[in-house]
Amino acid sequence: MENSIPILKSGKCLIASPQVALHDKLAIQFKGNLLEKIVQTKVKGLVLDLSAIDVVDSFLVRQIAEIASSARIMGAEVVVVGLRPAVALTLVEMGISLLGVQVARDLEKGLALFNRSWENSCPKK
Amino acid sequence: MPKEVSDEVLDIKMEADIINARVKAKALAEAVGFDYMDQTRIATAVSELARNALEHAGGGQMMMSPVTALGKRGLQITVADHGPGIKNLEAALKGGYSTKGGLGLGLSGSKRLMDVFLINTETGKGTVVTAKKWVTK
Repeated sequence: MENSIPILKSGKCLIASPQVALHDKLAIQFKGNLLEKIVQTKVKGLVLDLSAIDVVDSFLVRQIAEIASSARIMGAEVVVVGLRPAVALTLVEMGISLLGVQVARDLEKGLALFNRSWENSCPKK
Repeated sequence: MPKEVSDEVLDIKMEADIINARVKAKALAEAVGFDYMDQTRIATAVSELARNALEHAGGGQMMMSPVTALGKRGLQITVADHGPGIKNLEAALKGGYSTKGGLGLGLSGSKRLMDVFLINTETGKGTVVTAKKWVTK
């Protein structure tokens, strides 16, 4: 069972959108791959699209927070996009916040967020 | 009318079982009549409880049963393990207490997602968590 979550590069961004449930090992592997790819590609930002993920538990939140803080230390911003309403509400009810992680409604808005801070260095569409 | 549903008994022995448990929980919750929001709450709580059993006790058993009471339909989740027990239950239920470097919000979080949440833990013997949620109409 190989990790097959594609990480795409577009302009100065990486875009990743896991389409399968992230079991623990896969989530940790995915985190490592993302951080490696940030270094390799020298991008300034990463958009993490979670629109296909139907359950986000405290373990996954921790991985996301670690991706964001590690990326930041390496000079790249992370924005999480596409959180489902049921997932967002569940996290809030559990008392888990994504404080410290940038969020945007969808991929387009996530990219727009980066565009604003980097003078249009990301793809506009 | 909700479909006829039966109990699910699952062994939690490895990581893949956590995903399996929440997929089963979601399907069962849907069959019992929970809306999508509640299915997500239940699946998330199941994920937390299954992981707790795996991380702290090396595994356990999970039972999911449709229940009825006072004309209400619901789902009961029971997770039993033979681990070391929860030393500081009060802190674990309050949240922010972790012995494994997690967020420490798994147990307190799943409690908030369910309607009934009972823990029976004994040092050196194990832990049984019983959680219920009722369909609201």
